[in-house]
Amino acid sequence: MAKHDTPMLDELEKGPWPSFVTDIKRQAETKPECWDILGQLELSFRDKITHWKHGGIVGVFGYGGGIVGRYSDVPKQFPGVEHFHTIRINQPASKYYSTENLRKICALWEKYGSGMTNMHGSTGDMIMLGCRTEALEPFFYELTHDIGQDLGGSGSNLRTPANCLGQSRCEWSCYDTEEACHHLTMHYQDEIHRPAFPYKFKFKFSGCPNDCVAAIARSDFAVIGTWRDDIRMDQAAVKEYIAGNYPSNGGAHADRDWGKFDIKKEVIDLCPTNCMWMEGGELKIDNSECTRCMHCINVMPRALRPGAHQGATICVGAKAPILDGAQFATMIIPFIEVSADNEFENVIEVIENIWDWWMEVGKNRERVGETMQRVGLPTFIKVMGLEPLPQHVREPRSNPYVFWNEEEVPGGFDRNVDEFRARHAA
Amino acid sequence: MGYDPANPMVDRITDIGPPHYSKFHPPVIAANKGKWLYHELTKAGVLMHKAENGDECWTVRVGAARLISIELIREMCDIADAHCDGFLRFTTRNNVEFMVDSEAKVQPLLDDLASRGNKFPVGGTGAGVTNIVHTQGWVHCHTPATDASGVVKAVMDELFEYFTSMKLPAQVRIALACCLNMCGAVHASDIAILGVHRKPPMIDHGRITGVCELPLAISACPLGAVKPAKATVNGEEVKTVAVNADRCMFCGNCYTMCPAMPLADPEGDGIAILVGGKVSNSRSAPKFSKLVIPFLPNTPPRWPETVEAVKNILVTYANNANKYERLGEWAERIGWEKFFEKCNIPFTIKSIDDYRLAYDTWRTTTQFKYTSHIK
Repeated sequence: MAKHDTPMLDELEKGPWPSFVTDIKRQAETKPECWDILGQLELSFRDKITHWKHGGIVGVFGYGGGIVGRYSDVPKQFPGVEHFHTIRINQPASKYYSTENLRKICALWEKYGSGMTNMHGSTGDMIMLGCRTEALEPFFYELTHDIGQDLGGSGSNLRTPANCLGQSRCEWSCYDTEEACHHLTMHYQDEIHRPAFPYKFKFKFSGCPNDCVAAIARSDFAVIGTWRDDIRMDQAAVKEYIAGNYPSNGGAHADRDWGKFDIKKEVIDLCPTNCMWMEGGELKIDNSECTRCMHCINVMPRALRPGAHQGATICVGAKAPILDGAQFATMIIPFIEVSADNEFENVIEVIENIWDWWMEVGKNRERVGETMQRVGLPTFIKVMGLEPLPQHVREPRSNPYVFWNEEEVPGGFDRNVDEFRARHAA
Repeated sequence: MGYDPANPMVDRITDIGPPHYSKFHPPVIAANKGKWLYHELTKAGVLMHKAENGDECWTVRVGAARLISIELIREMCDIADAHCDGFLRFTTRNNVEFMVDSEAKVQPLLDDLASRGNKFPVGGTGAGVTNIVHTQGWVHCHTPATDASGVVKAVMDELFEYFTSMKLPAQVRIALACCLNMCGAVHASDIAILGVHRKPPMIDHGRITGVCELPLAISACPLGAVKPAKATVNGEEVKTVAVNADRCMFCGNCYTMCPAMPLADPEGDGIAILVGGKVSNSRSAPKFSKLVIPFLPNTPPRWPETVEAVKNILVTYANNANKYERLGEWAERIGWEKFFEKCNIPFTIKSIDDYRLAYDTWRTTTQFKYTSHIK
């Protein structure tokens, strides 16, 4: 039986999209504290304001992250959500699960928490939503001992890394994203669990420039698959597309009549570098002009594939607007081999170069992209020990204010104004 | 054994990380990793991946509210046990994927999903609207300017036909963040629904010295609007801060740092709409979302103004853009002045940037299109 009247939330039980209200009510039948989730949310709908207090530092011994404290500001009305802490569980790479594993986690959460979750949080963790402080340690004990799983990150640490599903189910992935994600997650357990950074730091691994895990928009360290050689082509399959026997874009436009497939209009003319043309019934690509945007491959997946010499581009410093405005990650390493054979040691070297510098110069709550803005890209490139490349910029600077070093200028900076005046009257 | 509160560190296990992903691969995935040739969407929500050896992985994608119960997860497990050898997968956009190894197993799976009411809508692929990425809102967050799950439910109810079909010019990624912190990272979405505050923080002088470091609160403000000040509380002078309301841009960063500076407000808070962002490098470079509607009120339970605004932009885009063109690519091709005109969205001074890096967005050419804006 419902514990509170929720006329506004009940409106959200209507309509074709799955209703979280119906779902919480179902859960409340066995976890009565869920009635208080609905009660407090209804109050927020009425008051048009949140009823959660600011913060609250809770955690498990030895970890500085993984738990987010939360307390109701109306606990007398809704005692079931007086404490409503979040537990972040580090998701398995690619977010595949066995039902056996999921059922164990559900049983654990039934025992210690509200029964409500987010699958998943924005960074990638499984989010267990709502438990009391005294439940945290027993939950963690059983999570690690009985299920063999661990918490993710929160606070100024390495946040839980995430990846697109990569080679596990995608023909375009240019490296093994899930192995890279898992390996680096294991390698950096200390950095995930014990905050030592100026602010949060996120890794994301996408297998190709389509970037399905939004690495370039959302991660401080984005590893995005790419290739160095020529797009692999099957001319027979190109003909099948032209003949209309294969669906363009893998069938992604099937529910509207866009007319017959037109390779010129849909592929060649939309190539951002104009490096494609038809010749003697064959599709030609000047691969030296290609910027690997993926459009032609997306449109004709059975005819075109990424090249065979594969690796990744590393971009650094993406973040949401707080505080100086949103930033995409800046291209820093054009091409790097990403391989489990060397345990990703070349990628690790890049990461640790960044961290060594950022932990030294980064200000409190300054994302690495903001530190890069503050010191400038030239300084960052020098710190990383890299050669400056035209690929690092969209265009050269348009102002002439170059910071020349003294040793770069013949004679240095030391001059005698008296000698100058002897030749130039004031 | 179990946890012993008297000896919390006994037998403690830490830093074991997540289980290895390979334990959770369905058999057809484990057998063909790295050997996939191509994929096709046979209809909205159904993907077929073909492997070099001819194996096929058929995936049925299902939308879910991000906020889900363990009862629902167990029901998903029942489905995966019945059809998918006991494996399933979640996507980065809160969809669930059920995978089978032959076409013959698809229809029984679809029938099973359809028999369970509206809990498991099939779709979210190709040139459609996929699931909305979103944040917590009023159900769990302490800094939101709007709700998340409620707004998302209302918007997805209205856009449902675009989730279950592939009739748009390209994929449309919608995201919601309930405040400017953007835990939902809506800054690169085709359509972004963003909670915004419009009133400066209040100062709880009686609590401020007890709950926050004043220098941190002062330095939290990117515009220097927070200054040291003194106030009298119960006849005693206390150290506190003052806010220059003229300088405040309502980012809420001070409240993040200092619990004694709350700024949420029933009338002040609401929603801004930003459009035209993208993450993919396909054709054009990744783009930020741009603010086109500065404010819509919070109107629970169904936020009709926000739903209407999102639908209007989506439909106008659907009717005007070329095949493959993302919303932002369409707006750039026709010009943003035309975007406002075609969508019948009033252009206000609030869409002109006056924060850092603003100059990049000002027009410094004589090239523009005449629209109804020019009288």
